[in-house]
Amino acid sequence: MPKIQEIARGVLAGDRRSIARAITTIENNSPKAQELIASIFPHTGNAHIIGLTGPPGSGKSTLIDKIIREYRRKGKTVGVIAVDPTSPFTGGAFLGDRIRMQELSTDQGVFIRSMATRNYLGGIAKATKNAAKVLDAAGKDVVIVETVGAGQSEVEIIKVAQTIVVLFAPGLGDEIQAIKAGIMEIADIFVVNKADRANADKAVMDIQAMLQLNNKEKKWKPPVLKTAALTGEGVPQLIERIEEHRLFLEKKFERKRSREKAEAELVEAIKEKVASSIIEELKREGKLEEFLQKILEKKMDPASIAEKLLNRKFGKQV
Amino acid sequence: MSDKEKINEIAKERERWEKTTLPKWIGQSPERKSEFRNHSGTLIKRVYTPEDIKDLDYMRDLGFPGEYPFTRGVHATMHRGRLWTMRQFSGYGTAEQTNQRFKYLLKEGETGLSIAFDYPSIRGYDSDHPFSKGEVGICGVAVSSLKDMEVLFNGIPLDKVTTSMTINGPAAMLLAMYIAVGNKQGVPMEKLGGTTQNDVLKEFFAQKLIIFPPKPSLKLVTDIVEYCTKHVPRWNPISISGYHIREAGGNAVQELAFTLYDGITYVESCLERGMKVDEFAPRLSFFFAAHNDLFEEIAKFRAARRIWAKTMKERFHAKNPRSMWMRMHVQTAGFTLTAQQPLNNITRVTIQALSAVLAGTQSLHTNSFDEALALPSEEAVRIALRTQQIIAHESGVVNTIDPLAGSYYVENLTNEMEERTMEYFRKLDDMGGAIPAIEKGFFQKEIADSAYEYQKEVDEKRRILVGVNDYTTEEKQPIKVLRVDPKVEEEQVTSLHKLKSERDNKKVNEMLEKLHYATEKDENLMPIIIDAVKAYATIGEICDVLRKIYGEYKELIVI
Amino acid sequence: MQNQRKIRVLIAKPGLDSHDRGAKIIARALRDAGMEVIYTGLKQTPEQIVETALQEDVDVIGLSILSGAHKTLFPMIMELLKQKGLTDVLVVAGGIIPEEDVPEMKKLGIKEIFGPGTRTDKIVQFVFENVPKRT
Ligand SMILES: Nc1nc2c(ncn2[C@@H]2O[C@H](COP(=O)(O)OP(=O)(O)OP(=O)(O)O)[C@@H](O)[C@H]2O)c(=O)[nH]1
Ligand SMILES: [Mg+2]
Repeated sequence: MPKIQEIARGVLAGDRRSIARAITTIENNSPKAQELIASIFPHTGNAHIIGLTGPPGSGKSTLIDKIIREYRRKGKTVGVIAVDPTSPFTGGAFLGDRIRMQELSTDQGVFIRSMATRNYLGGIAKATKNAAKVLDAAGKDVVIVETVGAGQSEVEIIKVAQTIVVLFAPGLGDEIQAIKAGIMEIADIFVVNKADRANADKAVMDIQAMLQLNNKEKKWKPPVLKTAALTGEGVPQLIERIEEHRLFLEKKFERKRSREKAEAELVEAIKEKVASSIIEELKREGKLEEFLQKILEKKMDPASIAEKLLNRKFGKQV
Repeated sequence: MSDKEKINEIAKERERWEKTTLPKWIGQSPERKSEFRNHSGTLIKRVYTPEDIKDLDYMRDLGFPGEYPFTRGVHATMHRGRLWTMRQFSGYGTAEQTNQRFKYLLKEGETGLSIAFDYPSIRGYDSDHPFSKGEVGICGVAVSSLKDMEVLFNGIPLDKVTTSMTINGPAAMLLAMYIAVGNKQGVPMEKLGGTTQNDVLKEFFAQKLIIFPPKPSLKLVTDIVEYCTKHVPRWNPISISGYHIREAGGNAVQELAFTLYDGITYVESCLERGMKVDEFAPRLSFFFAAHNDLFEEIAKFRAARRIWAKTMKERFHAKNPRSMWMRMHVQTAGFTLTAQQPLNNITRVTIQALSAVLAGTQSLHTNSFDEALALPSEEAVRIALRTQQIIAHESGVVNTIDPLAGSYYVENLTNEMEERTMEYFRKLDDMGGAIPAIEKGFFQKEIADSAYEYQKEVDEKRRILVGVNDYTTEEKQPIKVLRVDPKVEEEQVTSLHKLKSERDNKKVNEMLEKLHYATEKDENLMPIIIDAVKAYATIGEICDVLRKIYGEYKELIVI
Repeated sequence: MQNQRKIRVLIAKPGLDSHDRGAKIIARALRDAGMEVIYTGLKQTPEQIVETALQEDVDVIGLSILSGAHKTLFPMIMELLKQKGLTDVLVVAGGIIPEEDVPEMKKLGIKEIFGPGTRTDKIVQFVFENVPKRT
């Protein structure tokens, strides 16, 4: 495997092998990942990152295929990160999203990468964010992240995006209910896919009804669109809306939103650094079990332990 | 004694036997396994008795051959009257080579033709398409245009044979070519007999040689049924197929249930089109696999006939008994053939074929013993056909109809097959039908799980496959493998290019435009497709027009 | 920081045949053995297979073919892998590949050919033992 700096140079030059290797480094959570991110970081911030989420089988991957084609027609380059769950039992994963975009895999203006969640602490959201940075630094104009909108961790993943598209398919009434918890609030665009099926209009109305309750004061009123991903119907309109949202972000909220984002990223980074250094230390000293035991026996609560450890580390009250 | 008393008496005796005689034997030598199961997972009892069929009502559940519910057969004389059609699926290389093979088979006593097309034709590509590289004429005969079809049937009068075509996505184009060949030979459409597989639903979850998405695919199927009902009355427009469901890994119950449910879906689609059930249903035919478990297979075939008859009568209110007939073609299961000790396959095929004959099939294909290795050689094909002839003429099993009726075991299994099928029907109805079930990956998941389970049984030696995981030998049986000359592709591509430069291209384009227009207007496409193939438009060109409008389907992967 | 390395495998079906029973069983077995399996479905061209292997940065490629076109397609795939510098990827194959073709296929760089009837755990074990070590 080449040196990490070589990989970083390759990424910046848009070399596909290097992009692939860089993402591997990131998802392996290897110690070199940070060095890599540090060297590409100055070259990021140019891509528009779109998050696409929705219930299983709602047509996310099929729609992405059509979105890519539309962007390609407009001369833009596209990167895709498709996230699928790792099995908690075996640690293995079946990554099947790219089959729907496979015809585009030989287009040199497109780079598609499948990632498994791998179930490590706060890991996948960070890995996705950094993988998106790699594609961004490699010069992709648009980066699309696909996740199954199910649980909290998916909400975390999709938050890396600037424009969040939430997808539904008709006849999934309950799922709209189930999903709205975390995702309705952060969605920028709603799409009812499989518009070729009956009940698509009803799904649109259901979502609109829900939005009325939610979005009175928002400056950006999330539109609700219909698509038929199999034929590509409605995709140009979707792209228009995505572009509108991008402009909206740039014009009105750019500074604020990116400052917020920078802050959020910094907070994340500090959390992770501090947490992992304390945990590593405890492991080295062989004290981790001792503390865990205290929690299990209800002798001490996690927060108090955390405070104690922090005091010990920095030698003063925080 | 009343029947009920008799059953009680038998039950008592069985209990006694289980307490006295049986333990002595088991004590001396225990049974080989703690439980015995068939492929569908049914727990098989040590012995079956009248208790196990105590609710069987002869007239309601079995009846007489040729009468409702047709459990014992669709004809009153069955194989005493006419033997089944011995139909060997064949095709490889160029149309000319396959034409030779057809003539050979007819000379050897085969009674019907069955065409295997190569993958490019099946997937709607011409031989010169980039996808076709390395595939032309390999697994079947290459047919890109009417020219090839003319050569394929050169010297074979279409009013003297019936022809089965294993083709789904491009079924309309190949049927159109067949009609056109008949036309040139002076055989009118009304006299053409044969079958197009044309069962697209199972393609989505089992065979997966798909071109178009479910809806337009179903539309094309319905076009063919509608057209044939009006103009090609002796043609079986669909052969609703369980074979591929089984090959993909489904068990016997899944094969049965999913196939019949596909059948229901086609009937519904034709009714929606405005056809009357008794107009088209008599021409629907079926295609199943014959696997290794002899009695399970026999029960499956018998149950299939009964369920279909009931479905047609009760669910669709058919009046014509012929609408309730399940006529079937059976092929021995290719998946069971082993590459190890290939001659053993002859024995497997014999047992499998026997199940189909004992259960009253209308048509049978027996696999050649070398097919796990490559295309069948001429010798292997002959042995396969001889196997059928031996069963027909030497075994004596054809002397009476449905000889296993009344067997406690077989009737009990038949009932169980029916019950489990009806359970699947209910589930599928609840899901909203076959297409939503396909889109949810329901069939795919069921089949994948069964396939995985089967493989685990083999890996763990819970299921013995002779020559594979037991009774293995080191030495190899040298067998001659038939290979298609790579020159076939070259030749085929050259002749296709020649055709494309010599035909009236203006006319071809005109036809393709008309097709485009008709497709957008959602007309029945058969007439225009017939005109297009007559102008020598190719399969690839015709499919491209449809692909543009319908889109292409990507399979839903469930592992 | 923990290293989270996983074996990544591409299961690919070149050729036009649709017999994916074997490919899917292998995909499932490898996943259950803790690997990340990318399966791209039927009808993959050599270019698609190699590009996918590159983008997904896989350690292993499993090719499954039953159409008889292996003599045309496998050399194309192996050549493309070489061109793209993916020479350290472990390539194995399965399906219907006549005994007499095996030496020729191995010469191309295909490490092992698993014929019909191979136990799945044998294949899993082979992958574990032969997957290239990366640093
Ligand atoms: N009828 C119809 N089917 C569609 C449409 N879009 C996608 N599908 C089908 O829905 C199924 C699932 O599509 P995918 O694109 O894999 O869905 P997904 O949301 O990415 O699925 P997961 O990643 O497994 O959660 C496939 O069978 C598609 O062909 C559409 O617009 N109309
Ligand atoms: Mg997906």
